[in-house]
Amino acid sequence: MTAAPETPASGNAIEVSGLTKVFGTRTVVDNLSLRVRRGHIQGFLGPNGSGKTTTIRMLCGLLTPDAGEGRCLGYDIRTEQAEIKRRVGYMTQGFSLYRDLTIRENLEFVARIYGLEAPEAAAQAALERLGLGARASQLAGELSGGWKQRLALGACILPGPSLLLLDEPTAGVDPKARRDFWDEIHHLANEGLTVLVSTHYMDEAERCHEIAYILEGKLLVSGTIDDIVASAGLTTYVVTGEGLDALSSELRHATGVDMVARFGAALHVGGRDAAAMKAIAQSHASATQSWAHDKATLEDVFIDLMTRNHRSGQ
Amino acid sequence: MSGAPGDVRPARRGALAQSWQRLVAMFVKEFIQLRRDRPTFAMIVGIPLIQLLLFGYAINTDPKHLPTAILTSDDSPIPRAIVGALRATDYFDIKYVAKGEADADALILSNKALFVIQMPPDFSRRLVRGERPTLLIVADATDPTASSGAIAAALGAANQALDRELTGPLAALAQGPPPFELQVQRRYNPAGETRRNIVPGLIGTILTMTMLIYTALSVTREIERGTMEALLAMPVKPVEIMLGKITPYVVVGGVQMATILIVASFLFHVPIVGSLLVLVPLTLLFIIANLSLGYTLSTVAVNQLQAIQMTFFFFLPSMLLSGFLFPFYGMPVWAQYIGEALPLTHYLRIVRSVMLKGSGFVDLAADAGALALFTLVAMSIAVMRFRQTLD
Ligand SMILES: Nc1ncnc2c1ncn2[C@@H]1O[C@H](COP(=O)(O)OP(=O)(O)OP(=O)(O)O)[C@@H](O)[C@H]1O
Ligand SMILES: [Mg+2]
Repeated sequence: MTAAPETPASGNAIEVSGLTKVFGTRTVVDNLSLRVRRGHIQGFLGPNGSGKTTTIRMLCGLLTPDAGEGRCLGYDIRTEQAEIKRRVGYMTQGFSLYRDLTIRENLEFVARIYGLEAPEAAAQAALERLGLGARASQLAGELSGGWKQRLALGACILPGPSLLLLDEPTAGVDPKARRDFWDEIHHLANEGLTVLVSTHYMDEAERCHEIAYILEGKLLVSGTIDDIVASAGLTTYVVTGEGLDALSSELRHATGVDMVARFGAALHVGGRDAAAMKAIAQSHASATQSWAHDKATLEDVFIDLMTRNHRSGQ
Repeated sequence: MSGAPGDVRPARRGALAQSWQRLVAMFVKEFIQLRRDRPTFAMIVGIPLIQLLLFGYAINTDPKHLPTAILTSDDSPIPRAIVGALRATDYFDIKYVAKGEADADALILSNKALFVIQMPPDFSRRLVRGERPTLLIVADATDPTASSGAIAAALGAANQALDRELTGPLAALAQGPPPFELQVQRRYNPAGETRRNIVPGLIGTILTMTMLIYTALSVTREIERGTMEALLAMPVKPVEIMLGKITPYVVVGGVQMATILIVASFLFHVPIVGSLLVLVPLTLLFIIANLSLGYTLSTVAVNQLQAIQMTFFFFLPSMLLSGFLFPFYGMPVWAQYIGEALPLTHYLRIVRSVMLKGSGFVDLAADAGALALFTLVAMSIAVMRFRQTLD
């Protein structure tokens, strides 16, 4: 029933290379290449303004790349946007359903736009699946943030897309709702959907099969979490005890230290030179400060990446 | 819990049915939004009503007891009956008896008389012989609204007066066409807008104003509310979005048209000489032309404020150059060219002709064609201008 090549030979749902987008004189996305395997959940991370939304918009045909090429679900992102739009569910960063329509009306609208056989029934089914049945006739604009996100996801998957592009779907959502949300995403991936999801949360990144980290429009690293952490080659110590604030400012510019970051009651200190780090740890360890060698976390790696690029950019 | 997306996609309709369904989706959505938007909803009936009443009463002065001069040396019963009947209409206040044409001209030039009613010396004799002598009404038409009601009343009154006078052997003359020829000579303003031109003109002006605003906001509203991004990510075509957004307002326009026509005929007693079967479809065409233009402005404007400014920018020349405020053929040629490009110009011709003269489709083919062409051009521009990306 579905025409054309849904599954390209490579088995990648997303395959783009050299994507570039320039706004005015600013290169917002810079020569970005990305591959996402079918059925995988790809995390998309990067600080504010790094170009995540811009990249996602280029993937679903909402922005025209200034350079680069690629395919989504086997369709050219430059010339076959219409085919892509029929098969991709895009959840925008801000709520973009109609606030003055009820939940049911919004879902029926989506079902009709995608040409489903029985839009009313499809909307009803989505309502039940989302657990929104009781609120069906509430205006979408009156929903709380968490329910809005839920509705937006429901609207995205209603037409049965093959690829989901989720732009910070859990921003401002409580922890329980975030958990439910991610359970749902895994459930969908198990059924064969490919998901590209941007986020600022490390715990969410850890629930992705692979992640890509973008900074100032450039893709810095991508791969599985283990690969990324391993290839960063950070030797990390977790410092607990007293005087951590003073220690933090002391070490920030110390040679051999690449990364200093506070996590609650602990200070993470890391560096790529294992021997130098060991020396620093031994010289600092005291009765009031314990230095424990530990595996670098994903966040340590990202902070290191950001600091390093920040320094080199100056 | 979840359905089965991914490979198992929900059943879909055929290509054409899908396109139709997308249009329906847009239509239903727009209609619901319109219904929920209480202020706008109130304006749909309120604005045309208020404007019509305001303008209608303000412009619609129908002055009576206008100073009039008589110029005739025929002193027989028939002219006297006619003059009596004219006086009885309350429009004509016979103040002067002119001594000759020069005297009559002077009375008008000096603003002492607005009308001169003139009958040749042998009026009665020729009338009885069936020669249809001329009853001439010279009107100072510098202020057409002042003179037109009176002129309209004159013909009926003169006729009735004669019906009563022509008895016995002359009864045969009372049958058929009037036994005299009424000539109206409008001085200084030959186009002579009549009072009844105003209300039909208002129909066009009010519809232009309201229809333009409705659709002018439609695309920019989606952009400003942030819903455009999701809409553009869906497989919906610009034509479908456009038609889906215009159609609900055709219904709205229909309601406004009905409101205005009812008020016009019951409150202002404007007759509808022609057929509603001509007037209604052509008015709908005019409504669609304006909605299309509004939508086009909406695709060009960056935000709602700009869209509103554009509608005003268009509305002003429509008022001035369409023949609504000033007689069309009194304008310089360049202004007429601009006027010809405005939908209101063509609609004014249509609505005035149908309501006042009873014109039919054939008579109005050129103006209807112009409206259709305008719609087509506006829609084409809108579809081309519609930004399908966020670039
Ligand atoms: N239409 C546009 N015109 C000009 N600049 C733009 C446009 N859209 C985005 N930008 C700029 O491009 C940069 C990247 O924006 P983008 O929204 O892609 O970042 P992001 O990674 O999604 O950020 P966030 O995490 O805050 O959502 C920003 O500096 C933004 O100001
Ligand atoms: Mg973003």
